[in-house]
Amino acid sequence: MSFAKPKFTHPQSPRNKVGYIKSDYEGVISTLCAGCGHDSISGAIVQASFEMDIEPHRLAKLSGIGCSSKTPTYFLSNSHGFNSVHGRMPSIATGANLANKNLIYLGVSGDGDSASIGIGQFVHVIRRNLNMTYIVMNNGCYGLTKGQDSATADVGSINKTGKANEFGPIDLAGLALELGASFVARSFSGDKTQLVPLIKAAMSHPGFAFIDVISPCVTFNNNKGSTKSYDFVRDHMTVTSKVDFVPLKEEIEVQYEAGKKMDVKLHDGSTLRLAKLAPDWNPFDRNSATNKLQKARSNGDVLTGLFYIDPSSGDLHKKLNTVDVALNTLNADQLCPGQSALDKINASFRG
Amino acid sequence: MKPTDISDPEYFHKVVDCQYACPAHTPVPEYIRLISAGKYDEAYMVNWESNVFPGILGRTCDRPCEPACRRGRVEEEPVAICRLKRVAADNKGDVKPYMVSGPFESNCKKIALIGGGPASLTVARDLAPLGYEIHLYDEWHKGGGMMRTQIPAFRLPEEVLDEEVNYVVDLGIHTHFNTYVSSMKEVLDQDYDAVFVGTGAPKGRDLNLKGRAEADQHVHIGIEWLESVAFGHRTSVGNKVIILGGGNTAMDCCRTSRRIGGEKVTVVVRSPFKDMKASPWEIEDAIREDIPILNNMPPKEFVVENGKLKGVLFGKVRAEYDENGRRKLIPTGEPDEFIEADDVIIAIGQDNAFPWIERDLGIEFGKWDIPVLNKTTFQSTLPHVFFGGDAAFGPENIITAVAHGHQAAISIDLFCNDKDLNDRPAPMANLMSQKMGIHEWMYDSYVVIDERYQVPHEDKALSLTDRKIEVELGFDKGLGFKEAQRCFNCDVQTVFTDKKCIECDACVDVCPTDCITFTVNGEELELRSRLSAPATNLTQDLYVSEKLPTGRVMVKDEDVCLHCGLCAERCPTAAWDMQKYLYQVTKATEVCVQC
Ligand SMILES: Cc1cc2nc3c(=O)[nH]c(=O)nc-3n(C[C@H](O)[C@H](O)[C@H](O)COP(=O)(O)OP(=O)(O)OC[C@H]3O[C@@H](n4cnc5c(N)ncnc54)[C@H](O)[C@@H]3O)c2cc1C
Ligand SMILES: Cc1ncc(C[n+]2csc(CCOP(=O)(O)OP(=O)(O)O)c2C)c(N)n1
Ligand code: SF4
Ligand code: SF4
Ligand code: SF4
Ligand SMILES: [Mg+2]
Repeated sequence: MSFAKPKFTHPQSPRNKVGYIKSDYEGVISTLCAGCGHDSISGAIVQASFEMDIEPHRLAKLSGIGCSSKTPTYFLSNSHGFNSVHGRMPSIATGANLANKNLIYLGVSGDGDSASIGIGQFVHVIRRNLNMTYIVMNNGCYGLTKGQDSATADVGSINKTGKANEFGPIDLAGLALELGASFVARSFSGDKTQLVPLIKAAMSHPGFAFIDVISPCVTFNNNKGSTKSYDFVRDHMTVTSKVDFVPLKEEIEVQYEAGKKMDVKLHDGSTLRLAKLAPDWNPFDRNSATNKLQKARSNGDVLTGLFYIDPSSGDLHKKLNTVDVALNTLNADQLCPGQSALDKINASFRG
Repeated sequence: MKPTDISDPEYFHKVVDCQYACPAHTPVPEYIRLISAGKYDEAYMVNWESNVFPGILGRTCDRPCEPACRRGRVEEEPVAICRLKRVAADNKGDVKPYMVSGPFESNCKKIALIGGGPASLTVARDLAPLGYEIHLYDEWHKGGGMMRTQIPAFRLPEEVLDEEVNYVVDLGIHTHFNTYVSSMKEVLDQDYDAVFVGTGAPKGRDLNLKGRAEADQHVHIGIEWLESVAFGHRTSVGNKVIILGGGNTAMDCCRTSRRIGGEKVTVVVRSPFKDMKASPWEIEDAIREDIPILNNMPPKEFVVENGKLKGVLFGKVRAEYDENGRRKLIPTGEPDEFIEADDVIIAIGQDNAFPWIERDLGIEFGKWDIPVLNKTTFQSTLPHVFFGGDAAFGPENIITAVAHGHQAAISIDLFCNDKDLNDRPAPMANLMSQKMGIHEWMYDSYVVIDERYQVPHEDKALSLTDRKIEVELGFDKGLGFKEAQRCFNCDVQTVFTDKKCIECDACVDVCPTDCITFTVNGEELELRSRLSAPATNLTQDLYVSEKLPTGRVMVKDEDVCLHCGLCAERCPTAAWDMQKYLYQVTKATEVCVQC
């Protein structure tokens, strides 16, 4: 049994623009079950952060409680981190982001953490359009506490105990669309070619970017009859579009059939290139996304890909009209400008 | 690409880089693990079975395995494979009980072996247990060939040599020492069932420059000179000595000179330093003994005054290489340089020489007086005469002579049984899972970055006083253990079962060196360009699976796999398993009773 990963790396590992190799974005060796979907998502986060040339100290990872919420230990060891109490990651993220808007915020949660105990916090962070990437590693169960059905389990889905779930599911992506999220996507832990560009686009997005990632729990919910198993998801997966993320200043190399491709300029100058596979869908139209999702659900399909994006979204700081610099850089003089400034304000109320 | 056929014994053999590179295919990681476990007898026997001379080779082998070692691709230096062999030899107990021992039941066949070097001794060891009556002829009083006559005692103590030569001789070999065979015809007339020629490449090259004849008394041919020192016929050399040549013989000559009176010993090489044929470690040892090596200086003349050698005159050149890499030495125009010398030793190469083989016997010779042979069977154009070692294709080294010996023994055995010589026996190969618990392996899988340990040396001043004092002291048990721990266990193979794979990516994510990729198949070169990490080492294979349910294949680049087993530990379905691969070249006989 290995408790640590060897320090060797591939001798020709490429370096990114900030001088790091991919393994510099890794964490300690995972203690999750072998084959857990969550580990693949960690792998995708490592890959995306490497390809985005992120300086590790510019990123903060936050999570709640659950196997999924343990994963920040397994990636980005050189970044800031906060492991909050169960379901409370959104409020920690909100506080951190308000204090220092200059970091990249990456929230990681589970379906239990976000759709059950933390759903109150989840809906409000969406409403506020906090500038963060929010990934739910969705396995339809409470993995850490031995696999009880979660609020995202489909009706009739059978877990390891052999019992079918009786309660209707919360579709977190649908909820996010409904509550006005400015970036909504779904993906599958077993499809990195789709997941990595989505994470990159989410990290570039200037507002709340939500990705619901189906992530099989190999130990408690990967059996026959489960709708969150590797086999079921592979058999029922459909996609809105193929996604490629093209960073600023890089040649767009991917070629698509005319008429099908769609370039979305992101605020940092990078491009999200979509090859549309669903004809009756427009990523800028929330209604078409909602319709598409409903239709897939009634067909029994697992719809993945980007659902909706508002590239010009204004985040919480914009709404609150905070100063340009991060609040944590303000000193006492700036925060308490003194009696004369207070007098001026008071005078303004007297009109 | 086609799915990899792992039932082909050569596929996993190639993954064990050291074993694959070893001419005798010694199961290196197997004996290194035994050393880690303190099982020196067993480690010795694994070697003895493959290479016959573990104690000798653990001090003198040319080590083709080390440049091939995988650790050298992820760290500065390879595992000290060669010196670990010596650890086994130095620390073993009585190994005789593990070896076959006679008397063997006779098969009524008689074989003559001409020359008593490693090639002949290997043939003897492999054939004696089968009941052959073996007659070994050598011109010297003991066996060993150039291992005795050439390799100086400060690199190879006589006791070590005697011990390992005797393990063979004690199998009931009829030795005819002090017997120079001067006529092959006479040998053939004695109705041997087969004759093996292992007489080496005994002729040292000379250098016919101006002054050579006049200076003859103080100009020596390297291998003749070493031989006379080895047998005590020559006990001193002049104060100032020049060695001409840049190979291993030159290194042995200069270091020997330092021990028998040479104070100012200089090696002069006509070509650049980087083109020198000597092994880097031999050059290092010479430099450590204060021997300057001068390059790009071809000798022009032996300068003689009043009939006495004064020194050598050298020209100055620089090397130029054409597009085929062929070298030309161009005079620089600088003035010639004169170097004083009391003695000059010429060590510029050896040739084969068979003055004792009559040319009308049906044994054909080709270019450079090298016999015409079948490269696999070592059979000459006279069917019952075989060649091996340096005598076969020109000067090589001990381990190559051993490898030839094994193959020649097989050929002789097939020949004496009227079987087809081209019907070579298949290697023995065996895969065995190393699983002990869910994530527990029978081998020490964890690997750490760890630099090569240096072998301790005898005090320099002391070792220069006596040519018989061994310079290298060898690793002690502690250092040997540490060095053994550097081995990656490349013989513990990553075996992939596509039917079990659920394509969860766990192995891809965990692999420290990015060996594994799941992608759509393609042509090899194109596929190599799409893998998780650059796969530019074309000498290393890609392991490709059958098509998986998603339409992709698993591709593993074997190049820098650490054999750490993490892929197998992270695999939820045991689609990856770590399995020990034991590959053994089949010999004419089993010589090791424990195996
Ligand atoms: C100076 C020097 C240093 C070397 N150092 C190393 C080293 O460190 N490591 C290494 O791997 N290799 C080394 N070699 C090479 C190595 O010694 C040879 O490659 C190897 O010994 C060849 O083995 P062989 O069995 O073919 O013949 P040899 O070892 O050459 O043995 C042939 C024997 O046959 C005898 N013989 C020849 N003709 C007749 C005859 N007609 N009748 C009877 N006897 C005869 C010879 O006297 C000799 O004893 C070195 C060589 C030299 C010259
Ligand atoms: C306040 C609180 N209530 C309950 C728990 C017990 N608990 C730990 S993890 C977990 C569910 C986690 O489920 P999910 O977020 O889906 O994570 P998974 O393990 O499936 O990845 C629960 C209920 C807790 N740790 N804290
Ligand atoms: S219990 Fe399930 S979710 Fe948790 S680590 Fe194991 S496989 Fe992953
Ligand atoms: S690491 Fe060990 S098994 Fe691998 S090539 Fe080197 S010596 Fe051989
Ligand atoms: S054993 Fe497996 S995990 Fe370890 S280096 Fe080799 S392929 Fe990678
Ligand atoms: Mg869960």
